[in-house]
Amino acid sequence: MNNNVSLPVLETKNLGVSFGGLKACSEVDITINKKEIYGLIGPNGAGKTTIFNLITGIYAPTTGEIYLCGEKINKLSQETICHKGVARTFQNIRLFNNMTVIRNVMVGLHNRKEFKCSFIESALRFPRQFKVEKAMREKAKEILRIFGLEEERNNLACNLPYGMQRKLEIARALATEPKLLLLDEPAAGMNPNETMELVETIKKIRDMFDITILLIEHDLKFVSGLCDRVTVLNFGKVLSTGTVSEVLNDPSVIEAYIGKDDE
Amino acid sequence: MIKHKKNFKLKHYINYIGIGFVTILFSILSLTGNASISLQFLLEKIAISIILAVSLGLVVGFLGELSLGHAGFMCIGAYIGGKVSAMLEASLGCGISNLLISLIVGGIAAGICGVIIGLPALRLRGDYLAIVTLAFGEIVKTIFINTSAESFGGATGLSTPRYNREFLFIYAFIIVLIMLFIVQNLIRSKHGRAITAIRDSEIASRATGINVTRYKLLVFALSAFFAGIAGVLFSFSNYRVQCTKFDYNYSIEILVMVVLGGMGNITGGIISSSLITLLQVKLATLLSGNLAVLQNVLYALILVLIVIYNNAPRLKGFREKYSIKVLFNKIFKKKADPATVRDDEAKWDRVPTKINVDDLLSMDLVVTESVAKPDKGGEHNE
Repeated sequence: MNNNVSLPVLETKNLGVSFGGLKACSEVDITINKKEIYGLIGPNGAGKTTIFNLITGIYAPTTGEIYLCGEKINKLSQETICHKGVARTFQNIRLFNNMTVIRNVMVGLHNRKEFKCSFIESALRFPRQFKVEKAMREKAKEILRIFGLEEERNNLACNLPYGMQRKLEIARALATEPKLLLLDEPAAGMNPNETMELVETIKKIRDMFDITILLIEHDLKFVSGLCDRVTVLNFGKVLSTGTVSEVLNDPSVIEAYIGKDDE
Repeated sequence: MIKHKKNFKLKHYINYIGIGFVTILFSILSLTGNASISLQFLLEKIAISIILAVSLGLVVGFLGELSLGHAGFMCIGAYIGGKVSAMLEASLGCGISNLLISLIVGGIAAGICGVIIGLPALRLRGDYLAIVTLAFGEIVKTIFINTSAESFGGATGLSTPRYNREFLFIYAFIIVLIMLFIVQNLIRSKHGRAITAIRDSEIASRATGINVTRYKLLVFALSAFFAGIAGVLFSFSNYRVQCTKFDYNYSIEILVMVVLGGMGNITGGIISSSLITLLQVKLATLLSGNLAVLQNVLYALILVLIVIYNNAPRLKGFREKYSIKVLFNKIFKKKADPATVRDDEAKWDRVPTKINVDDLLSMDLVVTESVAKPDKGGEHNE
């Protein structure tokens, strides 16, 4: 599947969904190339998270198609889409709170081919069970080290401070070996220092894991420091697409954010 | 570090050691002829309760779904297993081979029913699943009541072969050990991790690529399988299967054992199911005749007291002082496992910040220095 380097990692064509009479988003065309960090910005209620939910299969689109590396992924289940290589984090953090940090990451490793171990092998405690478990633990530690969470690995996830919980969620998503990583407001609730550190971390993981990143964020400083291209949404429609400076000088974007000059 | 590892291992094996010890002790007693029939009957009952509590604990404690149809699965196991055993009695007699075959057949029959009922039911959530499983239990009961006398005995019940009492409880405890082996290994494996992940957040586990439906079904079927096996043992222990026993109250009773033992706690489930069964049997033998009405009153009263003791916030200080766990830790001088410590207050000094206090203090020093030597200060500013 990786042979087609020229193909965009994610492509949506005329994507739209409506709930009853309400059009949450419509005619959304986004094309994201390999190794790009792409931003999705817009006012509250513009439909950004809805697009994430469409891509990850939580909602089924009413119109249009979604292609992942040229493969149509519209009507697949959430699990299958994840197996195909889309991982995400959530706006309101959803960790496995009653599990330790390392176990959270190990759940992310669950479906990797190298850690395959059948139900019966586990239940009857075959030697493979131990081997897989040990390998998973090592791999999880390795991922945690990137995020500086290795020291916290035996703490419960719910006991971590907020910034670390955000990082852990990204670590868990990365553990599924995605091609495309969706980050829903990764810097929300972080202080400026943590935000700057997150920018570095995101760039680092992009290069280390060779992945493409699509993120939603309100902090424009964060977006301009990180994103190669952005799309601005308003009322479920694409307002403007381009590099950060191009988009921010677009009069329609200024209107959506600040309001129209009344004369 | 090594000591911590040792404790960890003991925690994993304590169930095997406990059950194994009880099994060996009472086997010796029974085989030397020192165990009365009532003791053997009590032990059978306890073994059955443990199987039921641990298997329901899989669904309620680890998967986080409420099922009220456990007695229904048990009923299927009891009837199918009892019937198979009665049919095989002529050719195989009352030996271990007959017992094994009927246990497996009864278990599998219940497991298949678990899959069939689970397929539609597990798409429901929470209360709705509880209602569906509750209805399932009643349906099973009604079906077996209305069978003919030749097939499953109808309202009079099905009589099963009489196995040797001296051995039956030993077999039952061996089955408990096998079940514990399977369940504990499963919970500690990657599959168990996936199951607990589903309990914590279904949306997140789907997004992490875990096949939620498949795991729910597997756990449901496995739980039903063990309930079926417990049912077969129940039928042999009572010499007769009567479906009126497998009613709604019985399902609730199993649930009480699980809840009292602690959600997702296998050792707790074993202890609570043993104690509750012991309590019931002892109350039944102590209070007979006119006092029989008091059985349920006392049973309910004790349950209420246990629940209050375990959960009342006002009794927190008392519990911390006198609970078994604390006493155990005092004796063995064991520190609390950091993974189970949930107190946020204890972590106040561990919240990491990017601002290093030491650096700030030393920066101040540099500034005063730079005031004294303006040239150096200029360099610093650049």
